[in-house]
Amino acid sequence: MDLLHLTAAELGRKIKNREVAVTEAVKAALARAKELEPEINSYVTLDEAGALAQAEAVQERIDSGELRGPLAGVPAAIKDNLCMEGQLTTCSSKILSNFRPVFTAEAVKKLQKAGAVILGKTNMDEFAMGSTTETSYYGPTKNPHNLMHVPGGSSGGSCAAVAAQECWYALGSDTGGSIRQPSSFCGLVGLKPTYGTVSRFGLIAYGSSLDQIGPVAKDVSDCAVILEAIASHDAKDSTSVQRKDYDFTSALVCGVKGMKIGIPKDYMGEGLDPEVADAIWKAARVLEEQGAVIEEFDLSLVKYAIPAYYVIASAEASSNLERFDGVKYGYRTAEYDGLHNMYKKTRSEGFGAEVKRRIMLGSFVLSSGYYDAYYLKALRTKALIKQAFDRAFETYDLILGPAAPTTAPELGKSLQDPLKMYLGDIYTISVNLAGLPGMSVPVGRDSKGLPVGMQLIGNSFQEKTLIRAAYTYECATEKQYEVPAEVRIGARIAADRAGDLRGSGGQTGDAGSLASQAKTELPEVQPKSGREA
Amino acid sequence: MAKQYETVIGLEVHVELATRTKIFCGCSTAFGAAPNTHTCPVCTGMPGALPVLNKQVVEYAMAIGLATNCRITRVCKFDRKNYFYPDNPQNYQISQLYLPIARDGYVEIEMGDTKKKVRIHEMHMEEDAGKLVHDEWDDTSLVDYNRSGVPLVEIVSEPDMRSAEEVIAYLEKLRQIIQYLGASDCKLQEGSMRADVNLSVREAGSSRFGTRTEMKNLNSFKAISHAIEGERERQIELLEEGKAVIQETRRWDDNKENSYAMRSKEDAQDYRYFPEPDLVPIVISDEWIQAVKSRQPELRTEKLERYKKEFDIPQYDAEIITESKSMADLFEAAAAICKKPKKVSNWLMVETMRLMKEHGMEPEDLRFSPENLAKLIDLADAGVINSSVAKEVFEKVFAEDVDPKQYVEEHGLKTVHDEGALRTTLEKVIEDNPQAVTDYRNGKEKALGALVGQTMKAMKGKANPGMVNQMLREMLG
Repeated sequence: MDLLHLTAAELGRKIKNREVAVTEAVKAALARAKELEPEINSYVTLDEAGALAQAEAVQERIDSGELRGPLAGVPAAIKDNLCMEGQLTTCSSKILSNFRPVFTAEAVKKLQKAGAVILGKTNMDEFAMGSTTETSYYGPTKNPHNLMHVPGGSSGGSCAAVAAQECWYALGSDTGGSIRQPSSFCGLVGLKPTYGTVSRFGLIAYGSSLDQIGPVAKDVSDCAVILEAIASHDAKDSTSVQRKDYDFTSALVCGVKGMKIGIPKDYMGEGLDPEVADAIWKAARVLEEQGAVIEEFDLSLVKYAIPAYYVIASAEASSNLERFDGVKYGYRTAEYDGLHNMYKKTRSEGFGAEVKRRIMLGSFVLSSGYYDAYYLKALRTKALIKQAFDRAFETYDLILGPAAPTTAPELGKSLQDPLKMYLGDIYTISVNLAGLPGMSVPVGRDSKGLPVGMQLIGNSFQEKTLIRAAYTYECATEKQYEVPAEVRIGARIAADRAGDLRGSGGQTGDAGSLASQAKTELPEVQPKSGREA
Repeated sequence: MAKQYETVIGLEVHVELATRTKIFCGCSTAFGAAPNTHTCPVCTGMPGALPVLNKQVVEYAMAIGLATNCRITRVCKFDRKNYFYPDNPQNYQISQLYLPIARDGYVEIEMGDTKKKVRIHEMHMEEDAGKLVHDEWDDTSLVDYNRSGVPLVEIVSEPDMRSAEEVIAYLEKLRQIIQYLGASDCKLQEGSMRADVNLSVREAGSSRFGTRTEMKNLNSFKAISHAIEGERERQIELLEEGKAVIQETRRWDDNKENSYAMRSKEDAQDYRYFPEPDLVPIVISDEWIQAVKSRQPELRTEKLERYKKEFDIPQYDAEIITESKSMADLFEAAAAICKKPKKVSNWLMVETMRLMKEHGMEPEDLRFSPENLAKLIDLADAGVINSSVAKEVFEKVFAEDVDPKQYVEEHGLKTVHDEGALRTTLEKVIEDNPQAVTDYRNGKEKALGALVGQTMKAMKGKANPGMVNQMLREMLG
């Protein structure tokens, strides 16, 4: 039986019905990862031994009747900025390359409680700073739809792992689009919940006021199931919210009759790739045919979102990342002369170029004399953006647009021009600034065969409206999860390159071995990304 | 004629709050545990850990704010103060800059007969840092994070004080208020109350402030006094020589009785304050303020008023006893047990004060229980022991909090009421002191005293002096 093409919910049903053993599913995913990882590099850590042990334990809980949920026994992957007790958790940074947390993130705990088998930790842009997964200390992740292209970022490893069938679903985090944009580039359904819906406890912070954890899934049903499993009020996170509804799967209903959907003109104009625009309009028509009312409107202020975002996120990041100083945990420089020299050398050697750029930017905008001009102004802009959305939601049930201006760019192209890379976040960022839920849904491909994602934006706590609209689109188009081309021919690729490039042995040893291996591979990775330039 | 100078002083006072747990996690705040045993991911700054505010901290801060006549900030927020130092595990301190919990208050101090208001600029909540331990032997530094996250309030005064005496009076007043609220024990030596002194001098009559310095590491009232005197003189000397005072932070060295420059304003760090995104704003409602007010314990003025009505003790005694919350607590508890407030007051005012002075102790250092003081008073009152034995036993109570009843029993200190035994002793005393007996019989009343003394001595102090007196008169007829 080919288990890999199943969705998480389908696999969960088969496990529940005793058609498939948990170990069987885990072994299938591990075999696929062994085959593709040398090329795709989704994982920082693939925990083969741990996954097999978990599989047995979870199977017992299923057999005893303790676990009955839809995700029981389904193998998943976790972005490497979510803490797992005793497991290497690196944020794809050298400075945390030896860090093993003493506790597990709340969202991961919720999944474990639901019976998830965690296969490993996925690659990401270093500290989630980037849009391509190329700023990782462990080398770039590649897009399973075309290995010459990036998977997007920063949750690129999570998205590539799901798309490449190296797991059935994954958790990502989204500070400015880091779930929605790579989901769009990899042909997946990704959701950033309303700020406060999923506990941030155990998420290594980038921009605390913007960060949210969310699902990366093969289809809308999986997305709703996963969100239902991880959303909770958590007293350990002061920004966590007690919601009225957590029954997200109840919104898996076909039908959007009378739903008012607004399309911001600013989202569909200048700067948007025509092929992407085409796919988005087509998707909007599908929803219109299903009874939704589609209108264009002006959502002003969008152009201010990027500067406001980079000021706020960098300011918070500059402070959040201060704790990585070589004193308590993580990387410490080998030789130093006194405390301040140790700080300087540790941080200079431990952080990559993009992280340093944002720490400097953040420190600058917070420095005395500049605070009012930058940070305070950015906070005001943030408030205005929220107001603009509030006004839009007086008229519309949801907002529809693209998740990104283009499909996945080629490897190595984005980092050469960081400003251009920052502009790529234009459609996703304002959603984080306003704390709203946003979802990326695959709506076709461009002429190169790269997936296009539609973004749905809801009012605060209206995830169910998003899920319903996305599910209706799926029903109407009979859209199914599409196996990426490179995965279909994955065996060939692996065979072609097995002998000469990296060899196939030792890729999936015990926890941490991949990470250490990646470290030794760094020299050949670095020039490609040009990040030390 | 030499110029006259005026000293201008403002204070930043840090007070450790008496919560059981830390400000942002559930770790214990208890003092003196083994290093890094009262720690968790939050107070050691582990990645992914998040702070959760301890409500009691806000309530203590509100109580102090209200008791010092401050305006409570209805929507207050925490900010991050960023600086790198190993005792600060996140390399930022969660504090308050933009919207501190209380503002614009004052306390009244008494200098002799005149009263003076010292204004409070603002008061904010923040977390304490850990402690660095330098190992000279192998030239390393170790960090103990037990103190990391212990709640503090910082009370910033206006530059309203003009002398060391005013500063001490202000600190004593603050300490009294905070102790009465039960919000802190305010021990300078243990660091639960710490004061930084901002001081400048100016020519008398001038309305412009001079350049100020800030002095740190002042661990006692004595150090504060000496540091103020020394700094005043240093600054005046500079001005007299035509030199400028440099704005700087100075560290007081208690052993050398001198202060040293730590860093100048130019080296001052940019703390890059910004709102703490991991915590939500604290919205303080009228109801909450009312609730805190209603739970507010009786403060000193009210207590004095009540003592006047409830207890028949001299006004002066009441004032001394209520100066310290712990003394007042002791008084009330003992009085409640033995129902003899006047006697309790006497024991505190005379014997307790004497011993405290002898040992250089503060009321907070008293270790004996109200139960044992009450028992002692009962024993003396019932005539089980006489007053000189009572004083002797009290010294034991004061030092070791012994049970006086048991102690008297074990050491055979009970007053002898056995008439037969006393008569035998008296007969012997009369026989041995014929001169005194003659003198008494000739009308020298004083001679009786000598005979009583001889009897007490023979009875090793355990006789009842009244009974001795009476029987002697009878026997000498």
